[in-house]
Amino acid sequence: MSVLIFADQVEGVVKKSALEAIQYGSKVAQLLHTTASAIVLGAADDAALATLGNYGVTKVLHVAAPSLNEVDAAAYTHVIAEAAAQESADVLVFPFNFDGRAIAPRVAARLKAGLVTGAISLPDLAGGFVVKKNVFSGKAFASVNITSATKVVAVMPNTFALEPSGLTAEVVNFNTSIPPAKVKVLQREVISGEVPLSEATLVVSGGRGLKGPENWGLVEDLAKALGATTACSRPVADAGWRPHHEHVGQTGLAIRPNLYIAIGISGAIQHLAGVNGSKVIVVINKDPEAPFFKAADYGIVGDAFEVVPKITEAVKALQ
Amino acid sequence: MKILVCISKTPDTTAKIAFTDNNTKFSEAGVQFIVNPYDEWYALVRALELKEATGATVHLVTVGGADTEPIIRKALALGGDEAFRINANSQDSYYIAAQIAALAAQQGYDLIFTGKETIDFNGSGIGGMVAELLQLPFVSIAAKFELNGNTATIRREIEGGEEVNQVTLPVVVSCQKGMAEARIPNMRGIMAARTKPLTVSEPVAADTLTSIVSFELPPAKAGVKLIPADNPAELVRLLHEEAKVI
Ligand SMILES: Cc1cc2nc3c(=O)[nH]c(=O)nc-3n(C[C@H](O)[C@H](O)[C@H](O)COP(=O)(O)OP(=O)(O)OC[C@H]3O[C@@H](n4cnc5c(N)ncnc54)[C@H](O)[C@@H]3O)c2cc1C
Repeated sequence: MSVLIFADQVEGVVKKSALEAIQYGSKVAQLLHTTASAIVLGAADDAALATLGNYGVTKVLHVAAPSLNEVDAAAYTHVIAEAAAQESADVLVFPFNFDGRAIAPRVAARLKAGLVTGAISLPDLAGGFVVKKNVFSGKAFASVNITSATKVVAVMPNTFALEPSGLTAEVVNFNTSIPPAKVKVLQREVISGEVPLSEATLVVSGGRGLKGPENWGLVEDLAKALGATTACSRPVADAGWRPHHEHVGQTGLAIRPNLYIAIGISGAIQHLAGVNGSKVIVVINKDPEAPFFKAADYGIVGDAFEVVPKITEAVKALQ
Repeated sequence: MKILVCISKTPDTTAKIAFTDNNTKFSEAGVQFIVNPYDEWYALVRALELKEATGATVHLVTVGGADTEPIIRKALALGGDEAFRINANSQDSYYIAAQIAALAAQQGYDLIFTGKETIDFNGSGIGGMVAELLQLPFVSIAAKFELNGNTATIRREIEGGEEVNQVTLPVVVSCQKGMAEARIPNMRGIMAARTKPLTVSEPVAADTLTSIVSFELPPAKAGVKLIPADNPAELVRLLHEEAKVI
């Protein structure tokens, strides 16, 4: 019996959502009085991987094969299942990020393990293995009991704050057969220098109230001052004012930052569905009746074109 | 070419979320049901575009009770050729995936599309599980799908960017925004849908590995604190000193 956590990485750097999964898995192991290991696939510096001990694992299995530098869900599933067998893992934890969404269900099916995705609580072991998850696009939670012997949990990003302990983990090379990838990666474009929206703790978002893409400097200046990532409402992405990956809401990305600042967004129910997990919501809207104010913690009723530059100045003054 | 599109019935995006039976059941009172938007707007419409371009056949599958039939008819009205309803009510993704995989194994598809997730359970599990059960490659959260003969070029979302994948059919793909533009069924489609084949079959034996114990609603917000528009610096102070988020 043990817990195995899949931690994905980009160019040797383990993703923040994966660190959160490691910490979650380590806490599950504590609850079950067992040990937790992490598994990292693809090229990465072993000294850097040892620091994953910070989040509670004592061992990191590293499969450095270059063919694993690209994510192929089938090949990854095979390797993770082999590691789970070696470690006698009966709980497998994934980050519920883009890779986790591709791989966790495959691993669950392979191991015939019950799957809960988007977990926002540690398991309650009193009545089985009951994990709380987001449902109805953040409008409710469900407590789900995993009844199979092997269990797979994918942890909602930005839900558990990281608490590094300063400990290090032992890094072990894990050798196993690797099936050839059937999915070839032809190209990858990652916007560098910005925290990806799915991992961002501070988000500044703009809606149709900003009138046109030429006014986005307003949003960008505030985001820059805060070190925040930018987002937008659906009509803004649909109109091509902003790239599609910035679209948040029911049919876009669901995010849970510490701070979500909505500028010129009315707060339609489908928009709220993607952002209502945010810890603090600030709404800036010239219409006092905008529904978003009902979901907000702080609000300013006013013209964004006048208010936002002043907020940006005040943020700069703070630093 | 044969394409399978997995269809799920979900509450409308504006539905009031409430629970009954001691918070163990979703309250369907007054709720309108729709085809899960990811299934309809992106998976189904892209499949229909491929049908128009290549003469492919588009099958639909849903795992659900007779109450899902209006949803299936709507998807047929948009242009699906034939539908399968596997007569089972389940909330366990492994059980559902096993049903879809069994149908797919019997029918043999070149392409299986699912939505990125359903907007009610937000599981994101079915596509990957079906792929594993059928031992097919899986590309998740696709925003663009182009087909050239037997080779699919797929743009998929990754953290803070995109990746272009190439894979030989058959493949399972979960679909999101960008794949296609939503369509509205026309009268001719609605009429035709009435007579298109909808085969109901009983489920194959499969295990249920999870069960929902209860639902709950998030705690209500305390209410908004309004800051005068002429004093935005006060907002920054509150975020720093009170909320401690900056
Ligand atoms: C099935 C379905 C799924 C959907 N999914 C999503 C989704 O994922 N994400 C999403 O965002 N939407 C989604 N929508 C659309 C949603 O219903 C709304 O139409 C959309 O969110 C509105 O975007 P908006 O707030 O930017 O624009 P609007 O509703 O037009 O609001 C603009 C706001 O800006 C304010 N404003 C105008 N000028 C100023 C100014 N100078 N200063 C300050 N404020 C100003 C106005 O008062 C208004 O409140 C979905 C809809 C459906 C039917």
